Parts: sequence; C-alpha cells; structure tokens
Amino acid sequence: MTTGYFLDHLWMIPLFPLVSAALMLFVGKRLPKIGVNVLCVGSVGLAFVYALGAVSQLLAADPKYRVAQQVMFEWLTPGAMQMTGGHLVRFVADWGLLLDPLSCVMVLVVTGVGFLIHVYSVGYMAHEGGYYRFFGYMNLFMFAMLTLVLANNMLLMFVGWEGVGLCSYLLIGFYFLKKSASDAGKKAFIVNRIGDAGFILGILLTAVTLGTIRFTSQGLPDASGATGIFQSLKAAVEAHTLGYGSSVLTAIALLLFIGAMGKSAQIPLYVWLPDAMEGPTPVSALIHAATMVTAGVYMVVRMNAIYQLSPVALDVVAVAGATTAIFAASMALVQTDIKKVLAYSTISQLGYMFLALGVGAFAAGIFHLMTHAFFKALLFLGAGSVIHAMSGEQDIRKMGGLDKKIKYTYYTMLIATLAIAGIFPFAGFFSKDEILGRAFDRFFLLWVVGFITAGLTAFYMFRMLFLTFFGYCRADEHVEKHIHESPWPMTVPLMILAGFSIIGGWIGWPEVIGGENRFEKFLDPILKGVMPETGEVNIVHHALLKELLLMGASLTIAAAGIFLAYQLYCAKRFAPELVAKKWPRLYQLLLHKYYVDEIYDAVIVNRVKDLSTLFGLFDGKVIDGVGVDGAGWLARFGSTLSMWWDKWVIDGLLNFGAKFAQLLSYPIRLLQTGMFSSYAMVILMGLVVILYLYGHHMQTLLRGVH
Amino acid sequence: MLPIGHYLFLSLALFILGVIGVITRRNVIVVLMSIELILNAVNINLVAFSRLYGDVAGQVFALFIIADAAAEAAVGLGIIIAFFRNRETVLADEMDLLKW
Repeated sequence: MTTGYFLDHLWMIPLFPLVSAALMLFVGKRLPKIGVNVLCVGSVGLAFVYALGAVSQLLAADPKYRVAQQVMFEWLTPGAMQMTGGHLVRFVADWGLLLDPLSCVMVLVVTGVGFLIHVYSVGYMAHEGGYYRFFGYMNLFMFAMLTLVLANNMLLMFVGWEGVGLCSYLLIGFYFLKKSASDAGKKAFIVNRIGDAGFILGILLTAVTLGTIRFTSQGLPDASGATGIFQSLKAAVEAHTLGYGSSVLTAIALLLFIGAMGKSAQIPLYVWLPDAMEGPTPVSALIHAATMVTAGVYMVVRMNAIYQLSPVALDVVAVAGATTAIFAASMALVQTDIKKVLAYSTISQLGYMFLALGVGAFAAGIFHLMTHAFFKALLFLGAGSVIHAMSGEQDIRKMGGLDKKIKYTYYTMLIATLAIAGIFPFAGFFSKDEILGRAFDRFFLLWVVGFITAGLTAFYMFRMLFLTFFGYCRADEHVEKHIHESPWPMTVPLMILAGFSIIGGWIGWPEVIGGENRFEKFLDPILKGVMPETGEVNIVHHALLKELLLMGASLTIAAAGIFLAYQLYCAKRFAPELVAKKWPRLYQLLLHKYYVDEIYDAVIVNRVKDLSTLFGLFDGKVIDGVGVDGAGWLARFGSTLSMWWDKWVIDGLLNFGAKFAQLLSYPIRLLQTGMFSSYAMVILMGLVVILYLYGHHMQTLLRGVH
Repeated sequence: MLPIGHYLFLSLALFILGVIGVITRRNVIVVLMSIELILNAVNINLVAFSRLYGDVAGQVFALFIIADAAAEAAVGLGIIIAFFRNRETVLADEMDLLKW
C-alpha cells in the first residue's frame, strides 16, 4: 500500500466531473457559455491532474507495492450470503476505489483523452444548441467511466458500466429531434442491455461461487487485507474445489464476456456501434472509440485470473475477437460515410484486442487499447474537423483535395492513419505486432486472420484518407468555397493526440528490436495467474528471427494495403467501380454489411414486434375489454342499483313519513281557514261560552270593585 | 237624568251591530269601521257607569280607548293600503295566504 496526497484523494478524480455534470444539468441553462467551458473542461482537466499525480505517486513505489485502495463507505451493508457450496460467507460491496497498474493505464487514457476531447468540443459544439446539456452529459460520462475503471469491486464497476451506457444513449440521441438519432440511441441501449444481462449474471455467479466480488490487485498485496476474487480463487484452487478448466469458471467467464461483447461491440452484438455515429463527433471519439467501448476489454483483463483458468472461454474470446476483426474490417472496405468507416474500424480494432486477450496476451490487449485510444480518438476528431470544414458533409465520395486547405487536420490524420495501419514506428505498430506475435504462438489460423485484417485495415484507412484529402475536390461549389481550417481548440488537441499516436507505442518497444517492453512489465504483477504454470503464458520468449520475420510480414501486408489503396483511389490505375462489378455479389454483401441488420430484423426485432402486437391485442381485448371495461360496467351497474335504492327506499321512506304527517294533519289544518271573520266568529263563540260558564264569577268579580 | 238602562241598551245595540259587522262583512274597511262601533259601545258603557258611580276613572279609560282607536285606525288603514298595492283587493275572503 502506497500513500501520498493524490493517492489519498483518489475519490476526487471522479468527483470533479460529477460536480460539474450536476451543475450543468441543474443550472447550466443559466450559465454563460464561457462558464460552461471553464467548468466542464476545467473539471476534466483537474481530474486529469489528480490522475496524473496519483499515477506518478504510485509509480514511485516499488513494483511489488504498486496498489492503492480507498474504501469510502460500505455501500451494500455486509450480510450473510449462501454460496453454492452451502456455507455462508460475509458478503460486502464497498464504494471503493482501486488504483493498480491496470487502472493506472485506464484512468490516464480516460482523463487524458477525455480532457483533449472536451477541449475539442468547445470548438466543435460552439454553434450547436443544447451546449450545456452536451457538456453535462459528457461530464456525467467521465464520472461514470472513472467509476468503472477505478471501482474496487464488480458491482461498483457495474454501476459505472450502466452509467456509461446511459450517457452513451443520451449522447447518441443528442439530436433527439432527428428520428435516426433517437432510434440509434435506443438501439445502442437495447443491444447493450443484452450484454449487461450476461454481465450481471456473471457477477452473481462469481458472488455465489467465490463469495466475493471485490477485485484485488492480483499478485500484489491487497491493501485492505480483505478477501478478493484472486485470493478466494487461489484458496479454492489449492483446496481442489476449483481448478484449471472448471466448468463454473468457464460459465462465469463466458457470461462476463457476453457483457463485454455488448459494451465493446463484438459479433454478434456489434450492430449498435455503426448507428451510434448519429451522435456528435466528439462523442464518437470519446465514447465510441477511445473509452467506453474498451470497457469490455478492461473488464476481461480485470477478471483475467478467472479467464486464465478457463481455456474454453479464452478460445471463445479469441475466436469472437478474430471474427469480429476481419468481418468489421471487410465491412469498412465499402463504407462511404467517413464516420462509418471509422466505426467499423473501431469494431475491428476491438476485435484485435479481444484476440489478444483470447490468446492470453492481456498486456498486449491493454497496450493496443491505449494506442488505439490515441489514434482512433485522433481519427474521429480529425473526421469531425473535416466534417466541420465541409459544412456537415460526411460522404467521402464528395470530398477530396482537402490536404492543402486544412493542413493541420490533414497531417494529424495522416499520422493517425499510419498508426492504425501499423507502420513503424507509429504507436499502432507496436501494439498490433505484439498481438500478432502472440496469436502466432497460440494458433496459426488466428494469426492468419489477424494478418489479413491488418492488410484490410491499412487498405480501408488509406482509402478513406485518399478519398478525403487527395485528388480534386468533388464537393458543391458553395461548400468548397467555405472550406476552412478549424479553430485552435480543435486543432491543438489534434496535434497533441498526433504526438501520442507517434510516441505512445514506444513504452512497449519490444525487446527484439532493442527495447525493454516496459509496458508489459508494468502490468505484469496484475496478470500473474492463480496457478503459476498457467500464469506463465504471459512470458513466452520468441525466437529472435521468427519475431523479426513476423514484424516484417505485418509491415509488408500493411504496405501492400496502402499500395493497393493508392493504386485504386489516388493513382487511379484501375477504377474501384470495375472491381465492384467484377464481384457484384461480394460487393453487395459488403455494402449491405452482410445483411446482419436485416437478419436481426427478420429473426429477432420483427418477432418481438409480433409478440408485442399479440400482447397489445391481449391488452386491448382482455385487460382493457374484460378487466377495465368490465370493472367499469360493474361499477355503473352497482351505482344504478344504489341509485334506485336511494331514490325509492331511502328517499321513499322520508317521503312516506312526510306524506303520513300531511295526512294526519289534515283535520287540524281545516281549522285554519285564513278568513278572519271565521276566526272572529270562533272568538265570539268562545266568549259566549266562557260568559255562560263563568258569568256568575264575573258578577262576583265586578261586585268586588266596590 | 236618564236611567242607566237606556245607556246600556244603546251600548248593547251598538256592540251587536259592530259584532255582526265584523263577522259578516267582506270589506276590511267596513270591518274596521265595525270595530270602531264596538269600541264606542264600550265607551258609552264606561262613561255611563262613570256617571252613575261618580267615579272619573271610567271617563279616563274612555279617553284612552279613543286614542287607541285612532292609532288602530291609522295602523289598520296603513296595512290595508299596503295590502291593496300588492293584491289589488280589500276583501277579507281573498286574504288567504296563510290558509293551508
């Protein structure tokens, strides 16, 4: 356990963007634009500074003790939980943050690239409505993503996981008045939900199998001393209750991988990512290229202790990754929307990362995640700059000849394209080569797939570059006149990212060409498996010659791809249309993206709709018809009955009493004639009677006067 | 001096005339006039006995009754005029609002 100011204030890293997001979403409307800029960009910048400080303090420590953990409070109060073995364990989920070499890489990528993209957004979104809303969501995303990468247990990670999903949904549908945008948001949300279901099942299965969901930095001493996944896994392996190839571990690993497939857009759950390009371009750069979509890769690496014990799950990961890589790359070949090319490229590169994880090269996967974050964020931001210059045009067939007009964008994008194509000594070369080398050691066919994908990648990326920047301008006249370089908040992040796209790979400079591969050594402590013999798959020493040959092969195919793209789209030796005509079926297949969306529509979406229609009918006829209308009818019938009772029985009794009184009073009423002469008559009669009866008394009375 | 019987007879005749008038006449004004007859019959009685017994109290009573009759006539005629304005009649048998 290491300490230091920044390590003790880990909790502030996610807090900065959270506070600013809350301010934005509650009072942002009343803030001036400059206030929004300062607050939102500043909060992410502060988070970056704190992350940088924390990482540097961690790096100062001895590699054995590079871990810092901070439990802020017990989130789920500890309780007894019954495990599959039948015994009870004390189950805890903290709201706690963990900084170890793995989260170091992630937190720096997230805050660093995130900060640059926030700066860029200031320029890019300057003329858009909902400015504060955009930045509020972006900051909320930063908070969720930092929670995800800094979480010290699976459940808190899941909170961040869902949080980034929510922000992704909100930002894809940022232009929610546009139907395609709001549809794309919904699609992303729903497809991710499938993966999330797998993830949460994986969490539950981990909890009941191992009795804990807390990460511990594997191979490093746990800060709090509490039992974590690694420790209980180790105990179980030593007690021979679990072991290499245990089916329950495979089940956990596969369930978690379903979650990763959803979030990281792997076959078959990748369909949401191309549609997600409906969001503003900085969102595509931040969420759908650099950070959120790599969460699946991060999660699998985080759980590597389990994966290392499950060869089946690793094979599934490798095959899914390789398949995704090559399929997505082939779909990218014919895309005409600049952002769609990059989207498929992202899916393909994510496939690469999973291929790396699947062959046991976890460090290489994370390495590629990092370099990819640099150059893909740069590509997206560059594409945004191009779109900005082209007054919103995204079709690369209507671009061309931009290299002179928007120089900064052109040169930075050229660097990024070289990096993604895997040209030495740009960042992509080192990470991609590492992955291909490890794939070659594991299984030849996986290497072949990765190798072909590398060629395809170089081809489609340079196709995009040539179509966008070379040749003559194919845009409308008024668009062409309006082409201009973006303002400095947009170009400066491009240049910084371009710098990282060049040097970002150097920290993983392989030993075979005179480096030390520091990156892998840095991550090594957390990648040590539970069983030493399985953990060792990380350290395989290549034969020098073989490794050099592999490097040469990767460079050759990348160069071949670039050359082919040059011939087709720049030198125009032969027209791409002819190639398309030569294999019309293949072209149509690629153009329609293997009809996957159509198949999903036919097999799943429309069936669900049919089911919904059925439920709708049930709702209308049975629930509404029998239930609601029936209840209404009953109520009306009851009230009618009640009305009759009221009218005839309650009121009837009252009326009867009144009538009865009226009847009884009839003879008495007759006395009141209303004619005073009759009253006078009665008075007179009465007087006569009284005089007659009491007349003698009267005489006595009168006599008494005298 | 006339014997007391003459006075009493006159008074009785007036009283009977008044009572018959009150009971039989429809016109309220005539009824009021008949009441005056009754009151005056009483007055004659009072004055006659006052003279007979040499006691002035009966004459004082008679003066009170005259004042009372004047007030009664004023109020009664006021009521009749007010009633006439509403119902355009002074006939007693048409005054039957309080009748059942």
